[in-house]
Formats: sequence, structure tokens, C-alpha cells
Amino acid sequence: MNVSTILIILLIGAFATYFSGDKLSSKVALLFSLAALGCSILLLNNYNAGENISLITSWINQPKISFALNADGLAMAMVLLTAALTPIIIFSSFGNEYKNAKAFYGLILFMAFAMTGTFLASDGLLYYIFWELALVPIYFIALIWGNGDAEERRKAVVKFFIYTLAGSLFMLTAFIYLSQKANGSFLIEDLYKLNLSACEQFWIFLAFFLAYAIKIPLIPFHTWQANVYQKAPTVGTMLLSGIMLKMGLYSVIRWQLPLAPIAAKEYMYVFIALGIAGVIYGSIVALRQNDLKKLLAYSSLAHVGLIAAGSYTLTLDGLRGAVLQMIAHGFVVVGLFFAAEVIFRRFETREIAEMGGIRTQSPKFTSMFLILVLASVALPSTFNFVGEFTVLYSLSQINIWFAVLGGTTIILGAYYMLRMFQHVMLGETNSKTFADVSLNEGISFAVIIAVLLFFGFYPKPITDLITPSLETILQVINKN
Amino acid sequence: MNTLIAITGLGIFCLLFEILNLRKAIIPFTILGLLGVLALNFCEFGMEQSYYNNMITVSKFSTAFSSLFIILTIFLVALSHNFYHNHPTKISDFVAIKIFLLAGAVAMVSFGNLAMFFLGIEILSIALYVLAASDRLNIKSNEAGMKYFLMGSFASGIILFGICLIYGAMGSFDVLEISESSLSAELPIWFPIGMILVIVGMLFKVAAVPFHFWAPDVYEGSPALTTALMSTLAKVVAIATLFKLVSGLNLISSLENQDLLHTFEIIVVVLSIASMSVGNIMALRQVNVKRMLAFSGISHAGFMLMTLLTVSASAGVLLYYTAAYALAGIAAFSVILYVCRDHDNEDITNFHGLGKTNPLLAAILTASLLSMAGIPIFSGFFAKLFLFNQTIQAGYIGLVIVAVINSIISVGYYFKLILAMYSKEPNQERTGKPFLIYAAAVISIALNIALGLFPSLVLDLLK
Repeated sequence: MNVSTILIILLIGAFATYFSGDKLSSKVALLFSLAALGCSILLLNNYNAGENISLITSWINQPKISFALNADGLAMAMVLLTAALTPIIIFSSFGNEYKNAKAFYGLILFMAFAMTGTFLASDGLLYYIFWELALVPIYFIALIWGNGDAEERRKAVVKFFIYTLAGSLFMLTAFIYLSQKANGSFLIEDLYKLNLSACEQFWIFLAFFLAYAIKIPLIPFHTWQANVYQKAPTVGTMLLSGIMLKMGLYSVIRWQLPLAPIAAKEYMYVFIALGIAGVIYGSIVALRQNDLKKLLAYSSLAHVGLIAAGSYTLTLDGLRGAVLQMIAHGFVVVGLFFAAEVIFRRFETREIAEMGGIRTQSPKFTSMFLILVLASVALPSTFNFVGEFTVLYSLSQINIWFAVLGGTTIILGAYYMLRMFQHVMLGETNSKTFADVSLNEGISFAVIIAVLLFFGFYPKPITDLITPSLETILQVINKN
Repeated sequence: MNTLIAITGLGIFCLLFEILNLRKAIIPFTILGLLGVLALNFCEFGMEQSYYNNMITVSKFSTAFSSLFIILTIFLVALSHNFYHNHPTKISDFVAIKIFLLAGAVAMVSFGNLAMFFLGIEILSIALYVLAASDRLNIKSNEAGMKYFLMGSFASGIILFGICLIYGAMGSFDVLEISESSLSAELPIWFPIGMILVIVGMLFKVAAVPFHFWAPDVYEGSPALTTALMSTLAKVVAIATLFKLVSGLNLISSLENQDLLHTFEIIVVVLSIASMSVGNIMALRQVNVKRMLAFSGISHAGFMLMTLLTVSASAGVLLYYTAAYALAGIAAFSVILYVCRDHDNEDITNFHGLGKTNPLLAAILTASLLSMAGIPIFSGFFAKLFLFNQTIQAGYIGLVIVAVINSIISVGYYFKLILAMYSKEPNQERTGKPFLIYAAAVISIALNIALGLFPSLVLDLLK
């Protein structure tokens, strides 16, 4: 058994969901996503037992492209993140009615398939194919099932698609160039071995940066983000912010840094500064948002800015903190968007001004939301604290001012998140009634909170999993 | 050779069927016949033979491309059934013309003599003129036919003049003899001039900038099925012939001997960049789908011209690119034919809400547009990938970056159509599920995806 099993389950699941009809589709999708989760846990066990779960077969002879899936600790961590979040996301949508549900859930599973493939692929071209494939389903999910004015939504989604495609096509060009240097091979091992001149590395680094900076998104390539997050259905927003962003961040660590280490060291300060600028900009803009989903979008911009800054430090702590924070952020952001959805189901609004007075009516929801908010601002004992602290520590090793400026994420984050919490939940009793969380909603929240708290107290399993592969990547970076 | 004879025979049979009053059998019979021809063509694959004093040379290149042409013709004939159901008396003529057109196409990729090349191009062109004007009561179709005829005959004249000059320089029409003597150090200036004229004529047929002006008007005015034929089959034939001319006449080494290679490369790069940019930018502003696809075809011609920079190695890439492009084109036009069958125009508004009324057809059109835009897993992506790979290998990284930017621009107009299908409300009832249109659309897109999953099947054919 190897990692391709997960991909096969998800792909079959996508088609099975589509053919199961509108009524059954959500349950079939949940079933297959749980099967994928079970399979990944099983594989993780095998991996920890030292078994080889990678796969490599040749696919196209000329140019030489292989179907290579390499599962090291880092990839497995991201695969598990995807596999764990997908069922939560699907389950969280059970309270909604979707037109043409079979296509909707089919696309979700297909997207999970593509994202899992992106994390696993160890052949440049295969990786690129999965990377692009993930874009198509989210485009349709946001376009067809999104909310708000159709014309605006269309603009936002098309902008998103063209932006991301533009970035990734330059990455493709870089890959082709690299493979020419590596005698036509796209395999990651062969690409790692290349000795490129500083000038070549600079352009390669830039081409990759364009693709990832748009996907993550980093300032100044973030302009698509808030609109798409707001217009997409909440499930789409969760997929985007919870998993798809991490594709960009993961790729920075897996592809960009090891392939162009000289450039990465040379321009380290510039890119850390860009990440930190994102932290401050995102936080300040989040302060002024009236739309709950937009506020969360900008807070997400701030958090991923910090993660990116951590990865660009090129230290073990920075990379480890970045990966930990990726996972933590994935869970917490899905939880927060779900909370926004829960409120929307009852109040039918996303305007913060129209909310308030929820606490008196639904104490359970309030406490769960509060835990998520606190996790999001990295309160000690939550998983996010572990990640954020490690990243800030690594930044302080590079330059103390980076850590100071990056640290504003915690201060500003606490400010806008708690202010949002105050306006949304507290205050006078709202004239509209707010039913407390249903069982289904409660389960989703409980799972997310349990994960956040458990790894907040005991992050060792994840650090143990990812550290060896991060060390290998650092070796490649520091080989010269 | 047998392929060519069989195709011609099939065309004559089509005409006989009309006389025998067997109109209903004509489409199934022709499709079966073409499948037989395809099988025959497969049998010839790998044989290198020449017939009639080198008039026709069968090579891997010619059989591979002939197979592609035959497959495309099968789709086009299948689509004819519904398209001509209002003119039952003419169907045999139109089908027969398409078959003869195919004969011309096969002759164009398997010529061994420039006379045969010219015959092929005329058979193809005259058939196209007739088809363009085939909706004879429609003024637009008349206009299209007239325009195409005038422009096309000019191009043919230029090609003929070029052939004469080549003959004057080399004293022969035979491709082998010309290619041998073209390597000699001292060539009369007539040879390059003649080649330029021939290439200009072919660029006209390909509809590459700056010889593209006829394409949008002719595409828009012609009946939709003819447009499908022009933008898939005719374009593929023209580019394959151009490639064969450049490689078969040893043009590259001959130019190298005379220190003209660099100039030639600059010209190809400029033409290719101009074609893709002009085509894409003009396509952004179109509201008529046929016109939009005409401009998109111009930009794809620009991509295909890139193969001329690496003639010795890129025959397989060209075959793959043309197959991917043409199959996506057939799938797209099947849907267009279905959507616009009761309309006198092909505006984007006709496609509103297709995602709700006909999800399958909408998905197929989406897939074919994604393939043309170069999104993986469709073969259009791999076509671009192999093309870029080849071109970067030859050192033209700047050209590839321009091509990449053009690919991004092209997403803009392809998505206009996708958006119309999925995010607008349907404005009309669409009834009926014509079997042949559905079959053609499904099979062509399935072939397209299959090519994407197993690219080596086609790519390694011409090794």
C-alpha cells in the first residue's frame, strides 16, 4: 500500500459522489473523505514503522516525466491536514441546501484530490499539474454556489483565476528551464542536485515567488483574496483558506528555497520584510472591516504573512514554526469561517453591525467561538501559540526588529479579534432569535477545538514527524 | 497511396448514392468508409514508399497526419447529419465535397513533387470555397465565400509563382532532387525568393499574422459546420504542409549554408509573436463565438509556428499540438452547432445558462476551452508544455515568455464563454438531444483527455 491509495480513494469518491444523485451526495462525499482520512492515518503508521510508502513510475518518456509521489514527514503532515479538514468541511455544510449538490460535493472531493496530489508530488511537472488542477474546482465552486451580486462575484472569481494562473505559468517556465539543465528530468532529486549560477537562481526564485506570492497571498499580490473569500460559499472559503493557501506555503519550503538557495539567502531580508508587511497591513485593514468574512480574510492575510516570513528565515526553527503554524492556522481558520456560517444561517447577514447579543441566547456557541478566537490570537496552550512563537523566535535570530514587528500580529490580532467578538456576540439582546448550535455544528466545532488544544499541549508528534524532512531540506539549502 | 485512392473512391460513392436515392444511408456509410480508410492508413504506417515517379511519398509523417485528418473528417461528417437536415437534397454534395477535401489534405502531406503539392492545395481550397458559400440564400455566406475565394486564389497564385521560381533555380519539381541540390554552396537567388513566396502563401492558408485578415470575416459568415472545418481540419493541414515544406526541402540547412538562417529565425519569431498577440488581443473584444474562435485560431497558429524553429526535432510536437487543438475545436464546435442551430447568429448570449439546461454539453464546451487555454489534464496543456520545452531547449526563452503571457491573456476570452454558461440565467428552452452531436462532442473530448493522460502515444510516433 502506498500513498497513491489516498489519491485513488478521493478521485473515485469525486465521481461516485457525482453519480450518487443530489440527495445522497453529501453523505457519500463524507464517507469517501473519511475513508481517505483513515487511509492516511494507516499510511502514517506504516511510515512511522519505517515502511516505504512512496511511489515512482515513469509516465512520459520524452520529456522525461514520472508519476512520482514522495511521502516524507512534511508531505504526510500536509496530507493529514487535508485529509482531516476535508471531512470537517463537508460535514459543516450539512446544514445548507445546495442546488445541484452532486456536482458541488464532487468538486470538493476533486479539489481535495488535487491538493493531496500537490503535497505528494515529487516530480516537477506532476506537481504543476496537480497545482493547476486544484484551481479549476474552486473556480466553479466560487462562481456557481457563491453569494452576493452575480456580476461582482464573476469579476472577483475571474480575477482570482487569471491571477493565479498567471503566476503559475511562470513557475512552469522555470520548471522547464530547470529540467533542461538537469538533462530533461523533472524529478525533485535531480533538480536538487543542480548547481545554478546566482543570476539563474535569481530568475528561478522570482518565477516561483510570483506563483506562490499570489497563491499564499503575500503583499502586494493579495488583492484577489478578500473579495473571493467574501463571495465564495463558506465551504469554498474554508477550502481556500484552510488548505489551498498552505499549498503555496508548503511549496515555498519544498520547491522554492531548495531550488534557489543562493537567491533565497541573498534576498532573505526583502522577502521576510514582505511577509511582515503583510502582517501589519492585514491586521490594520482587518480593524476596519464591517463584513465578518472579509475581516477573517484579512486576519488570514496577516497570519500567512508571518508564516511566509518564518519560512524565508531558512532556519530550522523558522521552517518548523511555519509548518506548525500552517496546520494550526488551517484548523482555526476553518473553525472561524464555520462560526461565521453558523451566524449567517440564523441571522442571514455578514455585517458585524447587525449582529450582537448572541451570548445571552446561546452560551454553548459563545464559548466555542471564544476558544477559536483566542486560538487565533495565539493564546498560550493553543496550537497556534506553538507555531507563532516558534516563528517569532526564528525571526528574532535573524533580526530582533523583525520579531518585534512580527509580534504586532499578536497585539493587533488580539485587538481586532476581540473587538469583533465583542460586537458580534456580546451587547444588548438582539431582536432576532439565535438558536444554539445543533448537534452537527457542535461536532465540527468540538473536533476542531480538540485538535487545537491537544496539539497546543503536546505538539511533539507533529514536530517529530516534520523535523527530519525539514532537516533534509535545510541540508540541500546549505549544500554550497 | 492506397489511402488517397480509397478516399477518392469514397467521395465518388457518395455522389453515386445521391443518384441511387440512398440519401439516408449516406452518413453511416461514409463514416464506416472513413473508418475503413483509417484502418488502411494504419496499415501503411511505418512504410516508406513513393509512387508514380515520386509524385506521392508515403512516410511516417504523412501517414500520422493523414490519420489525424481522417479522424477529424469522421467527426465533421457525423456532425453533418443534423446540420443539413433542412436541406436533405444537398447532403450528398456536401459530404462528398468534404471527402474530396480530405483527399486534397492527404495529398498535401504526402506530396513528393511540388506539382502534387499544388494539386492538393487546390483541391482543398476549392472545396473550402464551395463550402464557405454553401448557404447560398444567406448573404453573409455568399460574402464569406467570395472573400475567401478572392484571397485564396491570390495566395494560390503566389504559391504557384514561388514554385515556378524554385523550378527555375533547381530545374526540378521533385522534392528529393530539390532538397539535394539545395545543399550546394552556390544557389541562384531565385531559390530563397521562391521559398519565401511559397511560405507566404502557406501562411495565408494558416491564417497567421500578417496574412490573417480574411479569417474572422470568413469564419463568421460561413455556415457553422464549415467554420468548424476551417478552424480545425484546414488549419491543421496547412500548418502540417508548411512544416513538411520547410523540412522536406532542407530549407534550414540550405539557409545555413548561405548565412541566412538567423534572418529566417528572426522572421519566424516575429511572425509567431505577432500571430499570438494579435489573435489574442482581438479575441478579447469579440461577442460572436465564431469570430472569437477565429482569432483564437490565429493565436494558436502563432504557437504552432514555433515548431519551425526546431524543424529537425519537433514533428512529433507539431502532431501532438495539432491533434490537441483540433480535437478541442471539434468538441467546442459540436456544442456551438447544437446551441446555435435555430439561430441566425452565434453570439455569446445564446450560451446563457447552458450549464443549467444542458450540463453535459456545457461541461464539454468548458473542457474544450480549458484545453485550448492550456489547463492540465487536457491535452492542450501538454501540447503547450512540449512546445515550450522544445523551444527553450533551442534557446528561445524570450519567445516562450511571450507565449506564456499570451496563454494568460487567452484565458480572459475563453472564460467569457464559460461565465456565460454558468453564471447567467437561461434565456431559452433547449430541447432535443441529437445523438450524433452528443456522440461527436463526447468522443472528441474523451480523445482529447486520453491524449492528455497518455501523451507518449502520439508524441513518440514520429521518432
